[in-house]
Amino acid sequence: MSTSVAGVDDVTASETSLRRFLAGLPGVDQVGAEARAATLATRSIKTTAKQQALDTAISMIDLTTLEGQDTPGKVRALSAKAMRPDPTDSSCPSAAAVCVYPDLVSAAASTVAGSGVLVASVATAFPSGRAALDVKLADTRDAIEAGADEIDMVIDRGAFLTGRYSQVHDEIVTIKAACGRPGREPAHLKVILETGELATYDNVRRASWLAMLAGADFIKTSTGKISPAATLPVALVMLEAVRDFRLATGRMVGVKPAGGIRSAKDAIRHLVVVNEVAGPEWLSSRWFRFGASSLLNDLLLQRTRMLTGRYSGPDYVTLD
Amino acid sequence: MFEYAPAPESRSIVDIASSYGLFIGGEFVDTRDGHTFKTISPASEEVLAELTEAGPADVDAAVAAARRAYDRVWSKTPGRERAKYLYRIARILAERSREFAVLETLDNGKPIRESRDVDVPLASAWFFYYAGWADKLAYAGLGSDPQPVGVAGQIIPWNFPLMMLAWKIAPALAAGNTVVLKPAETTPLTALLFASVCQQAELPPGVVNIVTGAGATGQALVAHPDVDKIAFTGSTEVGKAIARAVAGTDTKVTLELGGKAANVIFDDAPVDQAVEGIVNGIFFNQGHVCCAGSRLLVQESVYDEVLERLKRRMATLRLGDPMDKNTDVGAINSREQLTRIRELSEVGDAEGAQRWSAACELPEHGFWFPPTIFTGVTQAHRIAREEIFGPVLSILTFRTPAEAVEKANNTPYGLSAGVWTEKGSRILWMADRLRAGVVWANTFNRFDPTSPFGGYKESGHGREGGRHGLEAYLR
Repeated sequence: MSTSVAGVDDVTASETSLRRFLAGLPGVDQVGAEARAATLATRSIKTTAKQQALDTAISMIDLTTLEGQDTPGKVRALSAKAMRPDPTDSSCPSAAAVCVYPDLVSAAASTVAGSGVLVASVATAFPSGRAALDVKLADTRDAIEAGADEIDMVIDRGAFLTGRYSQVHDEIVTIKAACGRPGREPAHLKVILETGELATYDNVRRASWLAMLAGADFIKTSTGKISPAATLPVALVMLEAVRDFRLATGRMVGVKPAGGIRSAKDAIRHLVVVNEVAGPEWLSSRWFRFGASSLLNDLLLQRTRMLTGRYSGPDYVTLD
Repeated sequence: MFEYAPAPESRSIVDIASSYGLFIGGEFVDTRDGHTFKTISPASEEVLAELTEAGPADVDAAVAAARRAYDRVWSKTPGRERAKYLYRIARILAERSREFAVLETLDNGKPIRESRDVDVPLASAWFFYYAGWADKLAYAGLGSDPQPVGVAGQIIPWNFPLMMLAWKIAPALAAGNTVVLKPAETTPLTALLFASVCQQAELPPGVVNIVTGAGATGQALVAHPDVDKIAFTGSTEVGKAIARAVAGTDTKVTLELGGKAANVIFDDAPVDQAVEGIVNGIFFNQGHVCCAGSRLLVQESVYDEVLERLKRRMATLRLGDPMDKNTDVGAINSREQLTRIRELSEVGDAEGAQRWSAACELPEHGFWFPPTIFTGVTQAHRIAREEIFGPVLSILTFRTPAEAVEKANNTPYGLSAGVWTEKGSRILWMADRLRAGVVWANTFNRFDPTSPFGGYKESGHGREGGRHGLEAYLR
């Protein structure tokens, strides 16, 4: 593969050049990638390292609710929890963001205002992405106008799987352009690959590069609506991609596994993979996030256990 | 920074006796004419136990016990009954796996992650696999009524003490032989713990006998007139001596000897996994692996990239306390081996190759050598020809597949090889031409009881594992 992308513009100039570049990326051997992830999953993170990992993981959570039954009340409760995950302990870090549908962004934004917790909104006809570009753009602008700091868009998996890479690329570029906010830096764009629908690690690597070439600030595994969602080997392949992309272009891109990470143990395994594959520079909420809801409570239970030496129980964390 | 706190495995699960006798006729017995020696933990140089160095009379007693058990019991025990004992041993190994893993790591210096996840599970798997063969020998393709050889003398190395024991004992017992096994002098403890497993499994006395000791004990076993079969894993030098010693006798021999395996990386390889394969090929078990991928052959067009990625990966290897669950690279097994690794590495320097190892702190006590690569190596360098048996990789380049094959085969050894490419046809083309007993494609150092393992040329003869592994113990 080319360790230097001569120029992003050259690569993305035409359908042919883009296809040639993506096809030229080195393959991912499935057995090898899964074996590497399994080995890293055996790392034993204990005592001080575990404390550090738990706090880091809490600070990386995009606390998420993406249900048809969501209401402003529910979103406000979730936002309050993101700001102060453990009401009994002010030393507990806040989550990175709350992640909601566009019509609930204003409810979230008014709650977290000034707290440092960001508001992320899914957009672009989440979760399927099956809508006209105009609709996706309107969806994105709605969210931005309502106060979203981050946009979690989905790629057109149908276009990707039929090999219409330019279409996927151009759509990301267009959405990225719509993320501008007057007088402020643009909203961060997270690009959801929906790896469960891409099926192969080769596709995950190609889609990762495609999104990064198009200007993604983050690449994200899944919507959470498709199984499998985030898996450790998928995170590994995406972390290799952001590492290689930085080597090639100098630009750092974040990674967000989402969906299916429910236990503190799982979260810590992901942090180990971040640490050993992409490198410790990625170990902050600026460059790594967890899209999750129930994960936070398990992290809090583990955190309390580490600090007090006792397990509390599910009745001692808030259910939102 | 994310510093992993120490995560040591507890050693309280194992009881190490202060001294051990020999396991002969189902019991631990005192020596008749031997001496004592000590085994140490190579990571700390702590003395673990005092062992018996068996003398000729001890070996004689062990062979006699094996002969008695063969004549009176084991040769008359039907395959389906032998299988029950082997299944029982396999289960006990699995049940006591933590104990074996801890003891192996203490005595050998290998990381607990490897003894726990590789050595001990494979040892158990070997017994499970061969247990299944015990009553099906007529279907092994070796005739309709194959017969055991008799008493097998087995000599195993220090790099995978328990796993090598399983590779030797499981097929021998399944085929109806009895054995006298000599573990390596630096790593005898898991073999002695295995002796207690034989007792626990109520294996008939004398079917397995274990004599500890060094070269002289091994010589006495090889030279013993009542041994029908010698199985040896170890250095090519000793293997040749054994071949000479049994030449002209009826003793059957299988030898699994040294290697200088080529790991061939083509420009279309899945590069991240290939780098993992390089690391696993040479730094797994500190490079104390006869089939280690110690010669890296990289296609010139991707040389710079592979080297850069390899160095970056090596910088994340965690060297240190083998009992720590996060350790990737443990201790060198002995002072003697460390000296040999150092000497050959200095030869590499003197011959003009460039040495590189990632910055890493070596513990104060014990025997340590950092993961090291040499670039600018040619076929003429000694570090490209001689087995170093340590965490030292020689990197060479090639331009065409034909050149890769020529260089890979240009060695007196022929135990294993690796091929990394996304092109299936090239894998098959290479596998046809590589003169090595095992060719791994897009992986390295993978072992399975169903797969035969063994060498070409000076890497030995005979196969262990799979149906082929039975042949050595049947006639």
